[in-house]
Amino acid sequence: MADTGVVEALLRRVEKVDDGVDSLEVATSLELDHQVIVGAVKSLQAVGDVISAELRSSKHWELTDEGREIAEHGSHEARVFGSIPVEGLPQSELMKLSFGKIGFSKAMSNKWIRLDKAHEGGPRIFRTVESIEDQVREKLLLLQKGNASQLEEKEKNELKKRKLLSEVTVKTYWIMKGNSFSTTVTKQETELTAEMITNGSWKEKKFKPYNFEAMGVAPDCGHLHPLMKVRTQFRQIFLEMGFTEMPTNNFIESSFWNFDSLFQPQQHPARDQHDTFFLSDPALAHDFPQDYLERVKKVHSEGGFGSQGYKYDWKIEEAKKNILRTHTTAVSARMLYKLAQQKFTPVKYFSIDRVFRNETLDATHLAEFHQIEGVVADYGLTLGDLMGVLHQFFTKLGLKKWVEVGNSGIFRPEMLLPMGLPEDVSVIAWGLSLERPTMIKYGINNIRELVGHKVNLQMVYDKCGWTDFTFRM
Amino acid sequence: MPTVGVKRDLLFKALGRTYTDEEFDELCFEFGLELDEITSEKEIISREQGDSKASGASDIILYKIDVPANRYDLLCLEGLVRGLQVFKNKLEAPRYRRVSPVNGEPQKLIITKETAAVRPFAVAAVLRNITFTQERYDSFIELQEKLHQNICRKRSLVAIGTHDLDTISGPFTYTAKAPGDICFRPLNQTKEYTATQLMSLYKTDSHLRHYLHIIEDKPVYPVIYDSNGIVLSMPPIINGDHSKITLKTKNVFIECTATDVTKAKIVLDMMVTMFSEYCSQPFTVEEAEVVYPDGKTCVYPELAYRTERLSSEFINCKVGINESTEKIAQLLTRMCLRSRATGVGDEIEVEIPPTRSDVIHACDIMEDAAVAYGFNNITRTTPRTYTVAHQFPLNKLTELLRQDLAAAGFTEALNFALCSQEDIADKLGKKISETKAAHISNPKTAEFQVARTTLLPGLLKTIAANRKMPLPLKLFEISDVVLQDETKDVGARNSRRFCAVYYNKSPGFEVIHGLLDRTMQLLDVKSARGEGYHIQAADDPTFFPGRCAEIFVQGKSVGRLGVLHPDVINRFELTMPCSALEMDVEPFLGHTAEALLTHDVPMQEVIAHRFPTQIESSQALASRPTSTKTVFGDMSTPAGLKALNGFLADKSYMEGFAATQADVAVFDAIPSAPSPTFCHLLRWYKHIQSFQRERAGLPPAKSQFVLQAAAPAAANDASDDDDIDLFGSDDEAESAEAARIKEQRLAEYAAKKSKKPALIAKSSILLDVKPWDDETDMAKLEECVRSVSMDGLLWGQSKLVPVGYGIKKLQIGCVVEDEKVGTDLLEEAITAFEEYVQSVDVAAFNKI
Repeated sequence: MADTGVVEALLRRVEKVDDGVDSLEVATSLELDHQVIVGAVKSLQAVGDVISAELRSSKHWELTDEGREIAEHGSHEARVFGSIPVEGLPQSELMKLSFGKIGFSKAMSNKWIRLDKAHEGGPRIFRTVESIEDQVREKLLLLQKGNASQLEEKEKNELKKRKLLSEVTVKTYWIMKGNSFSTTVTKQETELTAEMITNGSWKEKKFKPYNFEAMGVAPDCGHLHPLMKVRTQFRQIFLEMGFTEMPTNNFIESSFWNFDSLFQPQQHPARDQHDTFFLSDPALAHDFPQDYLERVKKVHSEGGFGSQGYKYDWKIEEAKKNILRTHTTAVSARMLYKLAQQKFTPVKYFSIDRVFRNETLDATHLAEFHQIEGVVADYGLTLGDLMGVLHQFFTKLGLKKWVEVGNSGIFRPEMLLPMGLPEDVSVIAWGLSLERPTMIKYGINNIRELVGHKVNLQMVYDKCGWTDFTFRM
Repeated sequence: MPTVGVKRDLLFKALGRTYTDEEFDELCFEFGLELDEITSEKEIISREQGDSKASGASDIILYKIDVPANRYDLLCLEGLVRGLQVFKNKLEAPRYRRVSPVNGEPQKLIITKETAAVRPFAVAAVLRNITFTQERYDSFIELQEKLHQNICRKRSLVAIGTHDLDTISGPFTYTAKAPGDICFRPLNQTKEYTATQLMSLYKTDSHLRHYLHIIEDKPVYPVIYDSNGIVLSMPPIINGDHSKITLKTKNVFIECTATDVTKAKIVLDMMVTMFSEYCSQPFTVEEAEVVYPDGKTCVYPELAYRTERLSSEFINCKVGINESTEKIAQLLTRMCLRSRATGVGDEIEVEIPPTRSDVIHACDIMEDAAVAYGFNNITRTTPRTYTVAHQFPLNKLTELLRQDLAAAGFTEALNFALCSQEDIADKLGKKISETKAAHISNPKTAEFQVARTTLLPGLLKTIAANRKMPLPLKLFEISDVVLQDETKDVGARNSRRFCAVYYNKSPGFEVIHGLLDRTMQLLDVKSARGEGYHIQAADDPTFFPGRCAEIFVQGKSVGRLGVLHPDVINRFELTMPCSALEMDVEPFLGHTAEALLTHDVPMQEVIAHRFPTQIESSQALASRPTSTKTVFGDMSTPAGLKALNGFLADKSYMEGFAATQADVAVFDAIPSAPSPTFCHLLRWYKHIQSFQRERAGLPPAKSQFVLQAAAPAAANDASDDDDIDLFGSDDEAESAEAARIKEQRLAEYAAKKSKKPALIAKSSILLDVKPWDDETDMAKLEECVRSVSMDGLLWGQSKLVPVGYGIKKLQIGCVVEDEKVGTDLLEEAITAFEEYVQSVDVAAFNKI
């Protein structure tokens, strides 16, 4: 903010005239540097419509420093002339003077002086005329007085060539009263301060408007991982629907719970070395509920519970093999088995956790991913119920084409009855991966950008849109 | 899911009409298949090997169809067409018959005992007078390949050999010999090889090398000879060239050798059912005898038809539809499961053909009924399962912590649970033997050698991958590591960890320490020795000497923090100082009111389950009494059901307030689930159905509601209360009309009587009725509420109670008879006044 005194002085000037004043004139009359007035104008403009200032530019001639020196003391040649006495002056003496060198050659060409090289005692300079007329000085004095128009362009350009004169463009303001003109202008504040609040001065202050086009300063905050945020969203949906979370914190599982209990035959391709991670240490599981294990063995090898079975030689050795679980359904099986060991009450279970596949890796497949699973066990559930509950689930997600993203079904009696669940209890279940919908939501094509250490942290910082969880499929 | 490629035009020709791609896609969907891709040989080759290779290839349109994994009957054009034609009612499913040869002498395959060491089973059959064309021949070869890849588990379980029977002569011998002793000219080769030579010859064969491992290490290899010593095949690797089939082959001998005889039978059935279509007697297959080493003789193919009986109610209930028995039988027949209503109740007899080996349980039949009905035609319903949700406490804590750690300025990373041994040991300056890590036996790369035992390497790798990001980097992760633990059934357990790192130009130990303090604050643990937490200097090779501390909570170590050792920083390809913190989360779980769920299962079964044998369960079905006569009338007639429906309108049970044998008896008298029009009856029926398992243990009935069919007079015993013989009649031959009246009166009487001893249970209820907004007219609202009138409901006093923002709620009392009025009923009636009522809550409920 310009000095308040200057601003007020300027406003008083403007007040007196109706058709406005020139900023340069004001500066001259106030004996201030023009830039000070320009500053005052600018700060007044920022306040609002106090004044209206029109930018004007004009050109004028101004003496250079050298030019001003000449105007004061005379041109170099005149001073050379003036410093030579009648008896002459040794050239060496003249050259010692500040203007000697330049003035000598010009005086010579004006034929005001002559040089006697053969003079005894070294070359000596003598006047050749009695008196001279210092036209340069006179012209400069004219210009200094502001009478530039009395000189011809040619003359001015010659002076300019001699660097005695320069042409200056001056930008001035033509200042007139604005719509809300007033001679007193309160200073604009940039920010509200504690002091203003304490002493109440904010009431009188005017504040500089903000530039709302600019970006704000990014907050210094941490970020949750996008995949984990979507996990939170899915958890929320399940909880809203009354599903209880299963304890899935057991990555290592026996083949028994991962496959056999689900009535998956021991020759099933999913149990192949190419698809499943087996463990070398701890290689085998022990401690199975013996009665249940016998029933599982029977339903696989002989059938029963209304089933023909697979009729093959079921081997406990195969069931004992420890693996990294290939689905969270292994935990569902444990939960359902436990449920069967008490008086049956209907349950709704869910889990979202890691599963592992020893598969070929590509842009959308990793060796581990998160599986979302929902399970409902109750008397008399139907396929219609399965479709209904899926519809509700995916509606809550805002997902229309849900059939494409996951699997669903009713657990087989060969799985449920050996556990000891009542015969008329049905269990419906569905599962999908967490990564796929997350990649769709955030528009990520390579899963490695999302999961694992190669994650792009900038993506973690930026991918945080939360407003609604609608997929575009 | 296997994908079957068929030539479109051949398919349409066989189907007898053409389809647009969309129409065919739709048809596939209806039939439970998926049209995966429309392509051509040329397109496939050009995609896989480049345009130059594809120039000569055929551009005949191919349909690639995804087939469910266990539907081996749909793996070839013949099977697909048959399935679709039956589905569209254009064809009746053929009957596959096994026939004896014309000359009466079946082909014999004799298995010697040597096979036991390598591949003990074999089955065989003959396709007589078959006519091949190029397409049929191609399909025949293709089906073998598809079966080999799927049910045969890449020939390890079953291998198929097909031979021109006219080039060989039985009886055939299936034996096993040392590789050096087997010598023959294999398919498409010009000279003879020993088996040993063959194994090395096929080492480089792109196709056959995948099967060598099946017998490679065995002392003897399986081999089949004819009576002249000609080698038919050396399963599961290659057939002999001598007996190879050609387009001209008329009679085909099929043998399947196996390690799983069930699968061998299925595979043989599949081959012969699919291609017997082209025999001079279509769908007949000539039997062959297989003689086992113990002298036992079996005749193949089995081509067994099996029948299952189930009720239409079962299908309706499981699918969630309501179709007649006849309609369901039709639906199943369209799925190649020939079915008929037996006329006994709602029983359906379903015949499972040899092509449908996938149908092993009634639930498979139910699924087929659902497919034929059309999944999209099933009404979506919501399970009424009432449950209260619980979070897994460890996950709940994790979620809360994660939020607050992000709020503390740290960014969450998500790393793999699997990593290399180096990551968790060498790079951290530790020994792998000390890590308690679980090791993977079959990792494809070093990245999957172990399950991580610490979260730190993942975070350091994340920093290394993001070195271009502005400093400081502040990361955290809360996730599971895996540790060996002998107390667990699998010998390992997960452990939830919290790890954080700070990476900057200076180590910033104070930042990590501050994060620990903040975390403890969040976990409600005070900074104090003893009861609270404290840290004390520790030695750890991962950390810079003198810059590591152990975290103790209530005297127990839960983790460590410190400045990382420069060697560790270097090994993770980092250049700046870094401080880190890693600790267990589980010790902070504390006590929760909720029962903790674990995945540990009880080893001893608590409940003694009764597992019915098949015979028992079928008896249970059959034991349903045939009498449908009850005091309410005949339960097989709508009139009888209607009377019972009326009776149950205001009752939960036949007698009193709990299920008794009376409910069971009446339940059994009802032939099938009542229609939804009898809503009270249906509600009761479903409820009683849920007692199925404990029905025997229900208390005895006080009265008899079901009349013996043979002795209608027993109706007189329906009540213990014998003081009046209301219906005594001299007329021996009661007219039908009289019987009806009698039954009706009996019903009325029973109904009246059943009410007599009942104490009327009442409750006093205080309801909070909240209005829509502050402008709701509360007087009008109360008027509405009081306008609700029901039998057994008496409104009491009310008052307005302010709830805030100028809104008042109406608190109104009432007395209800428990039997007649439920709170849900009340709430429903009141919330029906939508313009006034926002919600109704029960503020108090007291039994009187």
